[in-house]
Amino acid sequence: MIHSLFLVNASGDIFLEKHWKSVVSRSVCDYFFEAQERATEPENVPPVIPTPHHYLISVLRHRIYFVAVIQSEVPPLFVIEFLHRVVDTFQDYFGVCTEAAIKDNVVVVYELLEEMLDNGFPLATESNILKELIKPPTILRTMVNTITGSTNVGEQLPTGQLSVVPWRRTGVKYTNNEAYFDVVEEIDAIIDKSGSTITAEIQGVIDACVKLTGMPDLTLSFMNPRLLDDVSFHPCVRFKRWEAERILSFIPPDGNFRLLSYHVSSQNLVAIPVYVKHNITFREGSSQGRFDLTLGPKQTMGKAVESVLVSSQLPRGVLNANLNPSQGTYTFDPVTKLLSWDVGKINPQKLPSLKGTMSLQAGASKPDENPTINIQFKIQQMAISGLKVNRLDMYGEKYKPFKGIKYMTKAGKSVLQRMHIVNCK
Amino acid sequence: MLLLLHWFGQYSCCLAGCIVSLHVDPVICEAHTGVLYTELSPQECLPSLVLIPTRPRLFSVCRNEDLKEMLESSKESLKLEAMKRIVGLIAKGKNASELFPAVVKNVASKNIELKKLVYVYLVRYAEEQQDLALLSISTFQRALKDPNQFIRASALRVLSSIRVPIIVPIMMLAIKEAAADLSPYVRKTSAHAIQKLFSLDADQKEQLIEVIEKLLKDKSTLVAGSVVMAFEEVCPDRIDLIHKNYRKLCNLLVDVEEWGQVVIISMLTRYARTQFTSPWKENNEKAFYESDSEEKKGHTEEKPYIMDPDHRLLLRNTKPLLQSRNTAVVMSVAQLYWHLAPKHEVSIVTKSLVRLLRSHREVQYIVLQNIATMSIQRKGMFEPFMKSFYVRSTDATHIKTLKLEILTNLANEANISTILREFQTYVKSQDKAFAAATIQAIGRCATNISEVTDTCLNGLVLLLSNRDETVVAESVVVIKKLLQTQPTQHSEIIKHMAKLFDNITVPMARASILWLIGEYCERVPKIAPDVLRKMAKSFTAEEDIVKLQTVNLAAKLYLTNSKQTKLLTQYILNLGKYDQNYDIRDRTRFIRQLIVPSEKSGALNKYARRILLAPKPAPVLESSFKDRDRFQLGTLSHSLNSKATGYQELSDWPAVAPDQSVRNVEIIEASGSDSEEESSESEKTSSDSGKSSSGSEQSSSESELEQKKKKKTKKVPQKKSKPTAADRYSEIPAVYRCVCLLEGPVTTSSFGPVKTYELLHHMTGKGLAAKYHFPRQPCLYQPSMVAVQVILSNSSDHSLEEIHIGDRSPASLSIHCFNTIERLEPEASVTVSMGIDFSDSTQAANFQLCTKEDQFSVSIQPAVGELLMPSSMTEQDFCKEQGKLQGMNETSATITMETANASSQAISKQVLSVANVGVVSSSQNNFSRFAGRTVSSGALVLVSLELKESSTALLTINTEKTVMASMLLRDIKQALTQA
Repeated sequence: MIHSLFLVNASGDIFLEKHWKSVVSRSVCDYFFEAQERATEPENVPPVIPTPHHYLISVLRHRIYFVAVIQSEVPPLFVIEFLHRVVDTFQDYFGVCTEAAIKDNVVVVYELLEEMLDNGFPLATESNILKELIKPPTILRTMVNTITGSTNVGEQLPTGQLSVVPWRRTGVKYTNNEAYFDVVEEIDAIIDKSGSTITAEIQGVIDACVKLTGMPDLTLSFMNPRLLDDVSFHPCVRFKRWEAERILSFIPPDGNFRLLSYHVSSQNLVAIPVYVKHNITFREGSSQGRFDLTLGPKQTMGKAVESVLVSSQLPRGVLNANLNPSQGTYTFDPVTKLLSWDVGKINPQKLPSLKGTMSLQAGASKPDENPTINIQFKIQQMAISGLKVNRLDMYGEKYKPFKGIKYMTKAGKSVLQRMHIVNCK
Repeated sequence: MLLLLHWFGQYSCCLAGCIVSLHVDPVICEAHTGVLYTELSPQECLPSLVLIPTRPRLFSVCRNEDLKEMLESSKESLKLEAMKRIVGLIAKGKNASELFPAVVKNVASKNIELKKLVYVYLVRYAEEQQDLALLSISTFQRALKDPNQFIRASALRVLSSIRVPIIVPIMMLAIKEAAADLSPYVRKTSAHAIQKLFSLDADQKEQLIEVIEKLLKDKSTLVAGSVVMAFEEVCPDRIDLIHKNYRKLCNLLVDVEEWGQVVIISMLTRYARTQFTSPWKENNEKAFYESDSEEKKGHTEEKPYIMDPDHRLLLRNTKPLLQSRNTAVVMSVAQLYWHLAPKHEVSIVTKSLVRLLRSHREVQYIVLQNIATMSIQRKGMFEPFMKSFYVRSTDATHIKTLKLEILTNLANEANISTILREFQTYVKSQDKAFAAATIQAIGRCATNISEVTDTCLNGLVLLLSNRDETVVAESVVVIKKLLQTQPTQHSEIIKHMAKLFDNITVPMARASILWLIGEYCERVPKIAPDVLRKMAKSFTAEEDIVKLQTVNLAAKLYLTNSKQTKLLTQYILNLGKYDQNYDIRDRTRFIRQLIVPSEKSGALNKYARRILLAPKPAPVLESSFKDRDRFQLGTLSHSLNSKATGYQELSDWPAVAPDQSVRNVEIIEASGSDSEEESSESEKTSSDSGKSSSGSEQSSSESELEQKKKKKTKKVPQKKSKPTAADRYSEIPAVYRCVCLLEGPVTTSSFGPVKTYELLHHMTGKGLAAKYHFPRQPCLYQPSMVAVQVILSNSSDHSLEEIHIGDRSPASLSIHCFNTIERLEPEASVTVSMGIDFSDSTQAANFQLCTKEDQFSVSIQPAVGELLMPSSMTEQDFCKEQGKLQGMNETSATITMETANASSQAISKQVLSVANVGVVSSSQNNFSRFAGRTVSSGALVLVSLELKESSTALLTINTEKTVMASMLLRDIKQALTQA
């Protein structure tokens, strides 16, 4: 299936290669570089590129392209999903997945890649199994290893590999038994110029960090499970129990994992917790334009809206902007025309605003395209969909674990408000 | 400058010297650079250009020497360090092959990490150094016999990865041995090795197929994915190997690891297309052929379609995987439903596919491509989710165009105004390429939906005054296509465009306008010659396509209005004759011969008008995904829209299904002794749901749930010795034990029998027949009710209307009725679910089943075991509760069991068939325990069975419902004493 893997950095250098079958020359990546050159943005490189003898399937994460070389028919999502899993594993092992981190840990990376695929077919992708095979590098362990001569590589078949719960290793022991669950919801929305929502959806995940001894069997129930009609589970969740009782019942993997992700679609009404009022006017015959932007909170159930960041790509004709924020700082890049305003926390009593003038290029026509504003924000202690965890119970083990739950709502990749530029006569 | 060159010359000579004599101290090189820097100004000097390529070479050679030394040292840590550096070299793509002899010596090292790294090296370079690689083979052969399964497996992995043709026989032997290994992990590795050997030496195919055949029979979920992969690679055409394993693969599917699921699902899709008949009703075609023979009543022979139970099994068992976190699995289930399911069932995949759109950019790209293909054929599937395809300004360009494609596909009369409003904002987008694509999309909507053609056209004309050139140009091109479809009254627009002509510079747009004017020159008789005059002036400066269209325009005008344009045309033809582009010279010559009458031009001249001014068919604006459905969805070929190497065509449905019995398997194991009966049962229910109309989708999925649940409860008893992976779907929280490493194959059981009772016979019911069964699932309506599923079928020759439930007795009886069924066609059946509160008594529930005309009294009498629901508890809890329910609350009897029932698995099976209870995992072998609660009052019912010698057993039931206890005791006793 997957023949080879090349890692390419932002400047177009191959800094790691791994082959699972016979060696494919790195010149195959030339086709990739060609596509990269053609693309205006790094994201615009097509994920699947055919070449005369091979097919290149790539993903871009953390500004590194992971380019897999394929020789024959295979579902492209299979490869893409696997590559993302590789990135997740690296992140899990090294904390970050950057070129530097990969270069520093090249031996561990190689050992991991060797275990993850056999002859191009995924062999072990569960983080718990991999961690038994190859222990993540820590400073302490490196020191111990140099002194005692022991290694990072396991000698036994990981217990998970044969078990019915392959995601959990056996013999887990903790002195403090704790289980934390983070309910994180991201809103993506398109808002039209008058402020009404065109489409909005919520993508939620429950990320768990479970450090429990032995083989605990957990059940998690919700106050309002009806909200979750479109879900995907970690393989550990007993699907039938969910279908019948709407209860999440599972034997958790050890450590961090994503228990559940769900999707609340546009059919349900989604309230966007922030609103933006804008007024951009250009007058005929003057090269100055007025710019006025005000932010305010909306339906936040008394929770503070934090880390607000507003950014917008202003029309090409704008030469410079001279603005005055009531709070926070703003930057305007005259080359890319990107305006970004770091607002911080919204105070409902004193709404933040950004006012001032924009100057147009002399002689340039009034812009007729409508820019969009992208809004980023965070709200702690609230899940915007209203999802609430009812209780968490543990069976199968005797101790009393510490249980914690946290809610957070934030803007997804795009909460977009379309703006309207008024050109006055 | 000369001096500089001279310097360089000398310098590089010097360096060349350095390279040849390897022992030159690097300091000398640095001294050189020092000299250069002092002599030249920094802007001018380019020493780094010269130095950089030489330095690493110098360095790496030195390093290789070092590494060799380190590898040959006696210190383990030094060797390890050396290997780590070598792996670093390999990772960077540097050649480290000359270290081969030094590395291969360490293949037998005790240090596991060192050994692993040597393996990495060996696999990378063995192909280049075949002779030396042979030295390592004996080590692997020894390791293949190691007691540690992990070592056996990794030895096989490396041995099979060494691509050295001489060792093919050794590999073959190792694979055969490993395929019979006790450890499923080693067997999995052998399945992988099959593919490696096949790619090394295709002559081994026959022998390898034998191994594959053997491994396909393997019941371990670990092996299934890998062996199917090997099958796909080595012998994808040997469908016959799958028959016997088909049902097993379907049943194992949920428990296979996610990557294996993808491979198995795509193989089964292909398999199903060769083995089952089409579930798609092809009424239209039939009607066409039978239109004249209808009076002869030829259509009575037409058999109603009944889905093969195995076909249903596949659909049912893949459905839960739509909830997988792995996007590839979800996609493969979606394509399976698309290619295999009856049309009305396909839409269940929609929501999951739309969910995938929230994943990474690359996933979005592939999923959108597939949705684009699907949305052409089935608009309805994605229409409710239209807003999910709205373009965001943050999307990547290829995502934007795909979303646009889908929105255009989804457009219909009802939603077109919404879509057009959305498109309006896109046109104003800052991404001009995207705005242009939107204009194309508007054009497509306009041709497809005639109601909005005029609106679109007006909108596009407005865009002509846009300030951006690409937008204007694209509008022109699209308007040209639209006008062509209905040219009648649009001379105004053509005039408007002719006016704009001077300002438009994009060649494609200019060419389009010229073509339009030429084509409809008779409608704009005054403007056309004037445009030609302008073109004659600027001809030489135009782009090629514009020139070609100018020649065309000239020719058409010459034919219609030669008085005004004769001279102009000749001038243009003369210019064209000497053009640099041969296409234009060619066209000019052709046109001249065609239109200008002369001696040589013969008969063709007379037809010039008919050739050039023939009415032209309007271009069809259609989706670029139109013909993608020739490829299986989700494949690489589909994504590229061209056949990829190794793509397996999806065959058409066979007209007549091949023999179904090939999939029957004789059961050898005792545990599956009556699976024949069971499968026939499940066949019955599944064909029922297959027949049921789309309206009963809900209920058919309910019966699926119930099927599944049955399966799970069946599996429970095995868990005591060996937990199966299916546990995660079962209701009972299990106490997992560490699994013994050398585990044998995991056994799976099939569906449990569903007892179906008759409610109304079709004779008494005047054609309406009703059957019912207890699905044993919690009632959706009220927790105190028992869920009952009723299958209503119409065996009369007229349709029955308004089927509903009428009076009931006793009057206090609370029943949750099903919704009135408006109409039931002849031969159709529908499954409905209802809930009945029996108040924990076996008293029958009497009620009336009514149709529009008649009413029939019917009654449902539950077996006592159906009034229970499973309760989950641990062994300790069980004993504790049992202690509380002593004395009057205990009923017991000693029974003599049929010998076939003596195993604990068989006991569970029999007990579960009688009563809806849950198995309590037990640590004692001679005890079987079951726990349940009554549905209405929730009273505990504990059943325990203590095995004594010679197949006698003590059956004890503890519950406060003593009447139920005695009835349950009787039922269980009966079940266990009978075979």
